[in-house]
Amino acid sequence: MRHIISILMENEPGALSRVVGLFSQRNFNIETLNVAPTEDPSLSRLTVTTVGDDRVIEQITKHLNKLIDVVKLVDLTEGNHIERELMLVKVKALGAARDEVKRTVDIFRAQIVDVTPSLYTVQITGDASKLDAFLQAMAPVGILEVARTGVSGIARGDKVLSL
Amino acid sequence: MGRQRHTAALDTAGCPADRTRDLQGRNTVELLSGADMIARFLQDEGVEYIYGYPGGAALHIYDALFRQDKVKHILVRHEQAATHAADGYARASGKPGCVLVTSGPGATNAVTGIATAYMDSIPMVVLCGQVMSHLIGDDAFQETDIIGVTRPIVKHSFSIRHPSEIPEVLKKAFYLAATGRPGPVVVDIPKDMTAPTERYEYIYPKKVKMRSYNPVTRGHTGQIKKAVEMMLKAKRPVFYTGGGVVTGKASEGLTDLVKQLGFPITTTLMGIGSYPQSDRQCLGWLGMHGSYESNMAMHHADLIIAIGARFDDRVTNNTSKFCPTAKIIHVDVDPSSVSKTVRADVPIVGPASSVINEMISLVQGQSISQPEALTEWWQKIDGWRAEREGKLYEPSKPGEVLKPQEVVEALCRVTRGEAYVTTDVGQHQMFAAQYYKFDKPNRLITSGGLGTMGFGFPAAMGIKQNFPDDDVVCVTGEGSFQMMMQELSTCKQYGVGVKIVNLNNASLGMVRQWQDLNYKSRHAHSYMESLPDFHMLIEAYGFTAITVNTLDELEPALERAFANKHELVFLDVKVDPFEHVYPMQVPLGAMRDMLLSKTERT
Repeated sequence: MRHIISILMENEPGALSRVVGLFSQRNFNIETLNVAPTEDPSLSRLTVTTVGDDRVIEQITKHLNKLIDVVKLVDLTEGNHIERELMLVKVKALGAARDEVKRTVDIFRAQIVDVTPSLYTVQITGDASKLDAFLQAMAPVGILEVARTGVSGIARGDKVLSL
Repeated sequence: MGRQRHTAALDTAGCPADRTRDLQGRNTVELLSGADMIARFLQDEGVEYIYGYPGGAALHIYDALFRQDKVKHILVRHEQAATHAADGYARASGKPGCVLVTSGPGATNAVTGIATAYMDSIPMVVLCGQVMSHLIGDDAFQETDIIGVTRPIVKHSFSIRHPSEIPEVLKKAFYLAATGRPGPVVVDIPKDMTAPTERYEYIYPKKVKMRSYNPVTRGHTGQIKKAVEMMLKAKRPVFYTGGGVVTGKASEGLTDLVKQLGFPITTTLMGIGSYPQSDRQCLGWLGMHGSYESNMAMHHADLIIAIGARFDDRVTNNTSKFCPTAKIIHVDVDPSSVSKTVRADVPIVGPASSVINEMISLVQGQSISQPEALTEWWQKIDGWRAEREGKLYEPSKPGEVLKPQEVVEALCRVTRGEAYVTTDVGQHQMFAAQYYKFDKPNRLITSGGLGTMGFGFPAAMGIKQNFPDDDVVCVTGEGSFQMMMQELSTCKQYGVGVKIVNLNNASLGMVRQWQDLNYKSRHAHSYMESLPDFHMLIEAYGFTAITVNTLDELEPALERAFANKHELVFLDVKVDPFEHVYPMQVPLGAMRDMLLSKTERT
């Protein structure tokens, strides 16, 4: 099963490499990875999506918790949560396809953020499946380049991941 | 910690400490260079020995150590030996070992020793010199990203970014190494952080606080209660305890608990001695080359009480066939060890000592609910014991070449089972663990997890310096010994009186055994065709060597070797190269599936 694990860790040099290294060292897998400092500059928040059965996920969370630089973590998929990913896509926009791309962008509530005579750069946010669906819809037109941020997430409701 | 920089001219007389003074001219805070802070910190932390080897990036630190005499530096002949010596010291004394090496090759040479300590959860702090910080990343001379290299084999690592951080970082390093599940910590120190001309305030930090590191101090009371209830109701219980009991200093408590309950106990290789092996309740150790009765008892148990053990593959054999009828209680200080390879029915995360003490208080005054079932269980175990009694190996006949097992048995007699025994890795390691009887913890010093050849001799050196009046013996083989034999020179320099018992079968015995069993005796590169004359080699260093060929020479030679505690003696004992280690678990089988000799199988 796919899990989204969000980690608060010390904003220290080398901390990220410990997390990433752990995954390769222990033969765990990383689907997406997303990391940035938080409002507290001493902390970074890292979100990783991974796939594994319950035993593997238990091991992943235990080993992550063991890293000295990891302060706190949560498996967001254990409860209701919001999951978002941002994607920038360059798609061909020539002739009749130009209007078609614009219509699809509207349907997906995406935005065109840059334009040239031959292509559109589209920005779209949503969960991973929405982004996949958009790529699928654009495929016949011609996708030139894709940049995805990887999943970020947060729990729904009053639950807060903080110190 | 003040970051204000105080520059002083380099004092050729040896950098006496500057001090800031208050208005009355009283000394307030000391000003020390980074290198002096390291030396001073090690003193304040109570470090007695530091094992190391100098080099460019570590020279400021070496100069600071030279100008003091509280911390004794032991110059090894290879950095791997420094880590093994510190490791041996840590295993025998229970205190963190300390190592100092230079950047690049100095640090990479230490890697095997760091990995050895990591796999066996041994507290160790390794100080590595590093090139000057402005050169890092430039592929400078003797530069290695040692933080990167050691990342998967350390508990944690630090890089010093400002000299004023040194006391705090070192305190954290020692704290991390020794608490929770212990392990090695690497501290990378760029050369400019130790410059003698830059001085900063030094205060020894008495306490550390790390928001992201809070090792558990006790187990969950409800879980412990549940575990004790299961223990009292069990019909075929067995304790299975490991190195966590030794490093967690919980042997006494464990012995109490096991005696009160009257249950059988088996330990892992790392847990040997945590319960006295001469006691009737002890079945010996378990696993791949463990005792027949241990493995049989584990397989047939209905309750396994695992404490400080990690269900390693050398213990469990095939996990899907592991102990089919048993419920499992698993006590470990490291949550990631619990249910890692074998699912625990009652997981308890906590240090062995506090959990055991809580168990003792719950057991006191209670009696087991089915004493007749336990009696029956013991009858079964005694039956297994009797089956193999006297059949463990075939002793040599007069005039025949010695069996390695009888050498270890003789060693145990001569040292009255009281020596610190270090081993290298291979057949001799298994024989030492099988035939030397340990009644105390911290006495069998062996590389269990990583299986590092070359570990035994430097480890013995580290122990002997800390326990000069005890017998310290390294049981080794001619293959392993040659991996670290340059340390004879260190022993000469410091007068380290360890004894070396070389079980010389002129082959890499364990490799050869596997080749006999799995490769139709094709002995690919497991035969030593050009062994040195060990007698001459040892004498070249000025030590005594004794060659033993026959049984009647054996005990007198051992007596002679152990007569003087302060003299290094090397016993080159010629043993049977065709001998195998048994029992041996059958690959992919259950615990009870064992080869018992070259012709017998369960």
